[in-house]
Amino acid sequence: MLELEARAEPSRLMSWLSPLLAVVLMLGGGLLVFSALGKDPIEGFRVFFLNPLKDVYSLSELLLKATPLMLCAIGLAIGFRANVWNIGAEGQFMLGAVAATGVALYFDGSESGLLLPAMVIAGALGGAAWAAIPALLRTRFNANEILVSLMLVYVAQLFVSWLVFGPWKDPDGFNFPQSKMFGDAALLPALLDGTRLHYGFMLAIAVLVAGHAFMSRSFAGFRMRVAGEAPEAARYAGFSTARMIWTGLLLGGAAAGLAGMAEVAGPMGQLTDKVGSGYGFAAIIVAFVGRLNAFGIFLASLLMALLYIGGEQAQQYLNLPSSISMVFQGMLLFFLLGADVLINYRLRLRRRAVGGN
Amino acid sequence: MSQRSAPSAASAPPVLHRAGPDLASPPRLQLKGISKIYPTIVANDRIDLLVRAGEIRAILGENGAGKSTLMKIIYGVTRPSAGQIFWEGKEVQVDNPAHARQLGIGMVFQHFSLFETLTVAENVALALPGKPALDELAQRITDVSERYGLPIDPRRHIHALSVGERQRVEIIRCLLQDPRLLIMDEPTSVLTPQAVRKLFETLRQLAAEGCAILYISHKLDEIQALCHTATVLRGGKLSGECIPAQETPRSMASLMIGRELPRCEHGAAKVGGEVRLALVGLSHASVDPFGTDLQDIHLEVRAGEIIGIAGVSGNGQQELLRAISGEETLAEKFPVQICGVEAGRLPPGQRRKLGLCFVPEERLGRGAVPGMSLADNALLTAARRQQLVAGGFLRFGRARAFAERCIETFNVKCGGPDAAAKSLSGGNLQKFIVGREILQAPALLVCAQPTWGVDVGAAAFIRQSLIDLRDRGCAVLVISEELDELFEICDRIAVIAKGRLSPTRPTAATSVEDIGVWMSGMWPGASTDAAGTPAETLNA
Repeated sequence: MLELEARAEPSRLMSWLSPLLAVVLMLGGGLLVFSALGKDPIEGFRVFFLNPLKDVYSLSELLLKATPLMLCAIGLAIGFRANVWNIGAEGQFMLGAVAATGVALYFDGSESGLLLPAMVIAGALGGAAWAAIPALLRTRFNANEILVSLMLVYVAQLFVSWLVFGPWKDPDGFNFPQSKMFGDAALLPALLDGTRLHYGFMLAIAVLVAGHAFMSRSFAGFRMRVAGEAPEAARYAGFSTARMIWTGLLLGGAAAGLAGMAEVAGPMGQLTDKVGSGYGFAAIIVAFVGRLNAFGIFLASLLMALLYIGGEQAQQYLNLPSSISMVFQGMLLFFLLGADVLINYRLRLRRRAVGGN
Repeated sequence: MSQRSAPSAASAPPVLHRAGPDLASPPRLQLKGISKIYPTIVANDRIDLLVRAGEIRAILGENGAGKSTLMKIIYGVTRPSAGQIFWEGKEVQVDNPAHARQLGIGMVFQHFSLFETLTVAENVALALPGKPALDELAQRITDVSERYGLPIDPRRHIHALSVGERQRVEIIRCLLQDPRLLIMDEPTSVLTPQAVRKLFETLRQLAAEGCAILYISHKLDEIQALCHTATVLRGGKLSGECIPAQETPRSMASLMIGRELPRCEHGAAKVGGEVRLALVGLSHASVDPFGTDLQDIHLEVRAGEIIGIAGVSGNGQQELLRAISGEETLAEKFPVQICGVEAGRLPPGQRRKLGLCFVPEERLGRGAVPGMSLADNALLTAARRQQLVAGGFLRFGRARAFAERCIETFNVKCGGPDAAAKSLSGGNLQKFIVGREILQAPALLVCAQPTWGVDVGAAAFIRQSLIDLRDRGCAVLVISEELDELFEICDRIAVIAKGRLSPTRPTAATSVEDIGVWMSGMWPGASTDAAGTPAETLNA
């Protein structure tokens, strides 16, 4: 009989093996899903997981997709470390996109080299401003930031729709809900010729490195780690809870806003009502699969990007519904949470107890 | 720990009806070669134990000696890795606590397991098999409580009871099941000296009626006063057996820690030092609905002296400490003055800047972050005072060096500055935390339960460090429930009861008995209101 036995202390090895185990289980689950849908599981596996890796162009698409995930996830991880549960990165992402679009449209036609940096700043500020609302409500009125940040996602979505259906609608856009295309000076240059991969990827890597430095080297990051691991110790040490809530939400919002900016100034080149494509939510999974660690988040965002692209491939070649990506995302998180039990427990084979008395 | 005035039974000779063990029948409980091996530690190593009907046997040992594990094995909470258990001569395997109770084993845990919002009778009913009728049960509770001199009203809610009364509920709960073996785990750590005496009478009566009692403690004077025999554990192994009446506390202590006990040096305090902490009419409502409100507290702590605050836990100590440390800020500035600055509204970091250092009573989770290294834990309070941070970034080298200094100066046994706080034993972690605070050269040190759950050797070391700190001109405030400790190190002593603080008395001019009476709220000049309610606690 199998039984769970508490470990003397959490296993560090297992905390890194657990995501791998989750991936393996997800792949196994995927094979079952493919067979259940009447597809050849091996073919499905090839289309879903190997097609996106077959050439340089495919790989560049993978990195492109991973860019916003990385940005959102590293920002969220900083807050999560301190038990600040911002799950509204999706909304902050959209507001970052709106702010950057605002700058691009205002200076439409400008050739200035300062336009992109200004959009980067606007994107970060836009996302941070949106995250400031839950921070304010939490610190002022103790309103739960999980609910507030989540609900603000829907407000943000409606705000974007209003903009692209109303004041920012492209007059030459055949009534499509989208803004004007940005000028060249407002677009992130390509990183690799012939691909859509742009400098936003480098920006994401820079933010990952900065995020890592913040969490492991700065006093502010240290305070947040203490607050997350032992709230009473943070109180005892005199680390202000309010300040940590503000830091966690503002940094998370700013990173998500940057991701939104990189999306409109990168592959989209304009603002549309489809700007938020779930990156902000998927980033929550990325942050946890990546163990709230910068390098882990880098790997996890590649995996998540693979699921997105694989899902598109599966639609194209296997006639599977678009929700197939979500199924895989869900399985990944599900198996991860399950596998995480093994960090604190070990499996043991137990002989049947001999009845005493 | 040795030749101090003993607060409990020793200071007023108890009636000794040492009925003693019943040698005729087979032993009530016998353990043969019991071992418990955890993945990282051998908690019990081939332990033999024997207890007879009518015998009160002490299980003596430092923290981590394996006492609790052994008791858990007897009570069926954990299973031994090896060894045999004999119950009244027959070999048994205790499957779980319900099985233990069925055999006739009762256990009163150190930490009570009572539901605060339920009544006494309801709590007792939950522990009994089946669904007892509450009225009938209430009558049985009253009967048992009268028989053993444990007065309790079965209809009262737990949250309204004093700690001594709660313990009574736990004991009555065991007694209702007619135990043939009663295990008491450090039962006196939360009681006033008077309540301790009362408890001992009950236990003696039980033993006289033929119940076997295992009494776990590290308080040597109590064991001398109460127990017929003692089994001493050290490092998971049996280190010896003795008859406490034929030993001195010193000889038992060396059996327990394996060497001679260090003694504290305590010279006279300097007088007329400047006031480092002044509490001026401090009143504060507790945030905890079951907490204690602080009422009009006045106190001065001067440079070069140690002031002790005694009291039964739950009388406002937590609230007072939080108000002084700044974890709970006040509406007004003036009630808390640190080094001459009105600090009532300052957060903890600001107060630390004024010269306050603070050792909280919970080590893991409050005084230290369990999963972080000692170097990181050094940063927790010393970041600013020891310049472990520059330009917003951590200076790892300096933090490590400071942690190493704490480890070296305070003789902390650990794997070095990278060891996680939770990997240290309680005593060593406490030494580290005390060291971290003392080495910051505070102007004022506030220390809560400095030696709670710390082994005898480490406790003596910590007490000596506090005295040395005083001699260097620091003002020290110690809040402790251990009267012996306060009498050993303090120059002046006060008592907190029901959120009010007594006047201070020079330690030399008072006695354990006086302070014991004060602990129930009755000190000269106490308002009738303050004295009225807690008088019940006295009867405990």
